[in-house]
Amino acid sequence: MTETRGKKIQPIRTKMPELAPEKRRLVFDEVNCGFDITMAHQEAERCLFCKKPLCMQGCPVAINIPMFIKNIVEGNMLEAYHVLKASNPLPAVCGRVCPQEIQCEQKCIVGKKGEPVAIGHLERFVGDWAIEQGIKSEKPESDLSIGKKVAIVGSGPAGIACAHDLARAGLAVTIFEGLHEAGGVLSYGIPPFRLSRKVISEEIKSLKSMGVKIEFNKVIGKIFSIQQLLTEKGFSAVFIGTGAGLPKFMGIPGEYLNGVMSSNEFLTRVNLMDGFNHADTPVGMGSRVAVIGAGNTALDTARTALRMGAEEVVIVYRRTQNESPARAEELRHATEEGIRFSWLTNPIALHGDVDGNVTEMECMRMELGEPDASGRRSPQAVPGSEFRIKADTVVYGLGTVTNPIISRSTPEIKTNKWGYLEVDPTTQMTSMPGVFAGGDIVTGAATVILALGAGRRAASGILKYLGLVKEEAANGVTVS
Amino acid sequence: MGTLRPMAFSIFRKQIFSPTTFLWEVEAPDMAAAAHPGQFVMLRLHEGGERIPLTVADFDRDRGTITMVVKVVGKTTEEMATYLEGDTFQDFIGPLGAPTHIAQKGHVVFVGGGLGVAPIYPVLRAFKKMGNRTTTIVGFRNEQEIFWKDRFEEFSDNLIVMTDDGSVGKKGTTADALKDVLETGVNIDEVFTVGPLGMMEVIAELTRSKKIPTFASMNSIMVDGIGMCGSCRVTVDGNVLFACVDGPDMDAHKVDFKEMKIRQKRFRNEEGVLLQKYHTECRAQTKGVSA
Repeated sequence: MTETRGKKIQPIRTKMPELAPEKRRLVFDEVNCGFDITMAHQEAERCLFCKKPLCMQGCPVAINIPMFIKNIVEGNMLEAYHVLKASNPLPAVCGRVCPQEIQCEQKCIVGKKGEPVAIGHLERFVGDWAIEQGIKSEKPESDLSIGKKVAIVGSGPAGIACAHDLARAGLAVTIFEGLHEAGGVLSYGIPPFRLSRKVISEEIKSLKSMGVKIEFNKVIGKIFSIQQLLTEKGFSAVFIGTGAGLPKFMGIPGEYLNGVMSSNEFLTRVNLMDGFNHADTPVGMGSRVAVIGAGNTALDTARTALRMGAEEVVIVYRRTQNESPARAEELRHATEEGIRFSWLTNPIALHGDVDGNVTEMECMRMELGEPDASGRRSPQAVPGSEFRIKADTVVYGLGTVTNPIISRSTPEIKTNKWGYLEVDPTTQMTSMPGVFAGGDIVTGAATVILALGAGRRAASGILKYLGLVKEEAANGVTVS
Repeated sequence: MGTLRPMAFSIFRKQIFSPTTFLWEVEAPDMAAAAHPGQFVMLRLHEGGERIPLTVADFDRDRGTITMVVKVVGKTTEEMATYLEGDTFQDFIGPLGAPTHIAQKGHVVFVGGGLGVAPIYPVLRAFKKMGNRTTTIVGFRNEQEIFWKDRFEEFSDNLIVMTDDGSVGKKGTTADALKDVLETGVNIDEVFTVGPLGMMEVIAELTRSKKIPTFASMNSIMVDGIGMCGSCRVTVDGNVLFACVDGPDMDAHKVDFKEMKIRQKRFRNEEGVLLQKYHTECRAQTKGVSA
């Protein structure tokens, strides 16, 4: 026991039960199994319930963390859930995928002497409890906004958050989704071993129970323009949350070879198109997979490849583990599962056989030089260090650039030099009146929680725009 | 994931052109209202099915329908061939991609072969209605495979039908026909081509030296079709472009067809296995019924 502010605290956090690496490396079941009630209590007891909680400053949506944890300690699970939901429409999702170690948990006072309170695991516990209990977000009795319809473009985290808050305020909400499944990146991107499909479908069900309609296979900017939504379709406002865009490639020789693809493509083939059930869509993976990049998407790709039956999976990254943008937990899980890491390695060319299939990746060894403008030490190639890695599949997990569908079809909306939509940071409104945006289409690739935050800000902005909320309540969703 | 949703789209009309070519006219009023020549749609028959791109062969805003001419090339298209008029399927998405740029150009030549014959039609019609002079070259294997001759005739000042065996029209390829047209010395202001990569490549080579602007509709392999996965990338003038959002029309003189031809074979093995599995299942089902 350590003592902080007079309270004796277990320095080690309650361990999240996990599927053993040898059991999990070939299945898509969730790696983290979740706390049981005893574990949740034990962990919740570690919280100091600080009067000035720093953890809340670390949370992008400012969840009242001490209060939800206090409710767990006191056994008020429903109340704990309501506290979470007041700030975050998707606790079961964020409890799983948020990078807590650089957000709330990084600021946790308990973490100064021992390990920080496992806030994320507790959030997941409460979120899962609500799903098991069948607790749905209730549709409000308020009918203040009768006659007002809002269109949401995209059913990913930003769209879900915006839809949730608007439905709660009594508006009629329709989500237009371009794909045949709801959830956006939660469905096509994040693999089931990190976020079970059941959690996503329950969250969507909950949204529908609030009266939110989802229209699938509708690509806004193509079938209906934004302008059409606002005029002939009768929507009073539109929120755009179309998410990440086209994948980045490096422009090195041989990228056209077969067996070379983006993480977006690989994960979409496996997750959205049911590649893990061996459905009709081919995945196109061989047995030796090299993944370029070391962010969460790259790690998801590598671990998915393993589960799809790859014999060898290597992650190639030009910097070191210290610079990897991936979550610590993902790096640990990947290592345990047998993913190999080739740090300080940069691909310079891909080579193939006579039929055009990739066979090798040529790389240079790198070393870290002086810190650059961003403060990160920039990697430089070591002359004469060329070497080759055998690979019949090369996947690029290097991030994305903007999706051009909305901006090209809606010249009224101003974009920045990278093509992302420009918005007012408080209301999330674009340069087109009544049209709001948030999530990756505004910020470029970011986290689920930031998209949720943007979706909620946009919901407040929309309520204000429609004259349904008092100025001072703009940060909440209080209806006037 | 299996969200159970109703089969939302129904086949309004089916027409069989040959044992491997057929037409589906699908009720989709919103899609028909938004469609423009040169765009494509994607469809998924059922849960677990592939999401495949098909170029729009016609759209009728009054009837509220989208028409596609389908050639059996794999499991999904073979399965489509078994659907009957009135049958329903799960997902239909579009219109997607950028419309073909239609303008008053002068004399425009259209070259369609194989899968690309039908998609020529709405583009031809739009160019003709714009007041262009039109020459249309369409290639078929033989007389049995010919369809829509009357439709092409209606909007073409000059229609040239080519067959591999000479059973109808002239014997030879669409490229042979274009060569003949070029040799007459007639002025051509633009060429628009849809068809197999090899054919489009040859067409592009024929017009390159004469500097005739030539556009090819790239039928890349796609997954989402909405600018997300990058499966459909095409190298154009050394830059990576995406057929689903930047295309499908690309400057044919700048497309790297050599790469495209390699990339088009990406899933040949898997597709073969899938088709074989489908055949086995079909045989098992047929046996089940007869027993």
